[in-house]
Amino acid sequence: MAEETLLTDDFLRQLINVGEVDIVVGLPTHNNAKTIDPVIRAIQAGILKCFPRERVVIINADGGSQDGTPERVTGASIDDVWNVSKVYALRTLHSISTRYARTPEPGTALRTILAAADLLRAKACVLVSPDSTTIEPDWLQRLARPVYNDNFDMVSPSYHRQTSEGVLMRNLLYPMTRAIYGHRIREPYASEFAVSGRLATDFLAKETWNEDWGRVGAEICLTITAITGNYRTSQCFLGAKTHPDRSGSDLVATIRRTVGALFASLDSNFPLWSTITDSQPVPTLGTQSEVTLEPVRVNRKRLREMFATGVAELEPIFRSILSESTLSELKRIAGLDVSDFNYPADVWAKTVFEFAASYHKSVISRDHIVQALVPLYRGRALTFLLENREGSEEDVDRSVESLCGEFERLKPYLLEVWADRK
Amino acid sequence: MREIIINELTQASHDLARGFAHYLPRLIVMLIIAFVGWVIAYLLKVLVRSILRLTKFSKLSENSGATQLLKQAALPSSTELLSRFVFWVAWVGFILMGVSVLGIVGLQEYTSRFFLFLPRMFVSLVILFFGLLAASFFSRAVLLAAVNANLRSSRLLSISIRVIISIFALSMVFEVLGVAEQTMLIAFAIAFGAVMLGLAIAFGIGGKDLAREFLERRLVTGKREEKEDELSPL
Repeated sequence: MAEETLLTDDFLRQLINVGEVDIVVGLPTHNNAKTIDPVIRAIQAGILKCFPRERVVIINADGGSQDGTPERVTGASIDDVWNVSKVYALRTLHSISTRYARTPEPGTALRTILAAADLLRAKACVLVSPDSTTIEPDWLQRLARPVYNDNFDMVSPSYHRQTSEGVLMRNLLYPMTRAIYGHRIREPYASEFAVSGRLATDFLAKETWNEDWGRVGAEICLTITAITGNYRTSQCFLGAKTHPDRSGSDLVATIRRTVGALFASLDSNFPLWSTITDSQPVPTLGTQSEVTLEPVRVNRKRLREMFATGVAELEPIFRSILSESTLSELKRIAGLDVSDFNYPADVWAKTVFEFAASYHKSVISRDHIVQALVPLYRGRALTFLLENREGSEEDVDRSVESLCGEFERLKPYLLEVWADRK
Repeated sequence: MREIIINELTQASHDLARGFAHYLPRLIVMLIIAFVGWVIAYLLKVLVRSILRLTKFSKLSENSGATQLLKQAALPSSTELLSRFVFWVAWVGFILMGVSVLGIVGLQEYTSRFFLFLPRMFVSLVILFFGLLAASFFSRAVLLAAVNANLRSSRLLSISIRVIISIFALSMVFEVLGVAEQTMLIAFAIAFGAVMLGLAIAFGIGGKDLAREFLERRLVTGKREEKEDELSPL
């Protein structure tokens, strides 16, 4: 069994001490000491408030933190939360930690947590991001309750976001997953979600762990597994989502583990997705409340320059990936000023589909194909920002909906280039 | 006098006829070997071409940049070129085997040299191919990394990597072939040293401001770069 080699003896000993549980709350961490305390407090408060009778364990899978993050997780006292909430748990709340590697590997962290949930026979496993500064105790209930009580297999989140937040999610991951797999899951790559014990066990047994993309993009693979395996999926509104660190330095890595994994999933699932012609809504639980977010400044001129430079410098690479018409359209867009800049939805959808087909055919190294998408994503992000500069949340939603419509409309084009591209 | 001339002529014609009778069967054997060799070489060519097509060698060749080089030189595709190469090497090998049957003194040495040269030629071709493949892969990787990191002169960096690896592969090829080993080694050392020195000077002059900024950011506390927020992809 894979889990036997994945889980260390010490971690197994801790799990045996805990015994069977109802709910596992997983916390994958790496140097999150600055943000982990409020997250832990919110989780503990959520457990006291919503699951006082259930057997719950907090499992921290750490990727080699040097700032004492695991110690903060295991040492967090529940006394403060008791004093504030005046609610007492009827069970002992365990917090255990394991170091799965010396460097962070999100896929291995997820696998460790799911393997622990599988061993502890948990009915529900909730994953929480350690840098969710906006987390509230209710999040735990909203994520876990549908799985624990209503037999859903996966609950993915839905957030209120700034226009500059979740740009890749709203411009590529959501529209493409929706067009390909026919499920309107708004956050196919989520940092907070809940899965059933059944889905966790089945996902652990999947062959995807043997593939690079399966290990790197495990979160999106889990969503795709839930969709393609006909598991009961739903989503819930959590609130505002902001990232404390908006550094763009990890953009390439982010695109690799999300877009790369999504492209790779198309190969094995072709018989399934090629027959899907439209998309179905996913049950959304909970009500959306108004959230006020601070506006964020983004350097639009720099985005345009990076897009234009990318188109010019990577032209020889784009010639092997894109069709002549798409490439000439990109060159035209690269010549536009910021004020007139527009990377239209249909051209963007065609670009992404041509990249996916080239990835399938491995016209050049697959990793290089994914990396070549980065400057083009910047161009699309700029258009998204310009289009929604003055727009409300509803306007942004309409814009995303329109983009999703383009992706769905152009799906036959994907099938065409999928078959034709030599 | 007349009789002597006639006798000599008769003797010479007899010798010629004897010699011809002696060589004729060998010549026929040589022609048969050459013909059989042509058939085998042709079959080998077809076989190699099929294998290369099945293994999608042309894609590998395209990735290595060899296809573009061949196109620029108005040569056939890499699959066709390699299968033709196998044909000619096999046929020339059979012809030389046939020639050796003739027993011409001196030719046998050249024949054996040819067969000894074949493995080196094959190894050098393999080195050249994988050298071009590595040059293309790494230059593309550098180009992508440089563009995504918003570095200036990313294409220059990429071309430099391609040239350095190609020169390195070529020098190895010449060394394996034994062609002007010393000259190639010295030429490579000079070229490599010149490129490195050029790059060092270029980076030193061009990047001094960047280096100062970097060091200031790292070492001088309190001076933080005013930077606008980036987009958050997820």
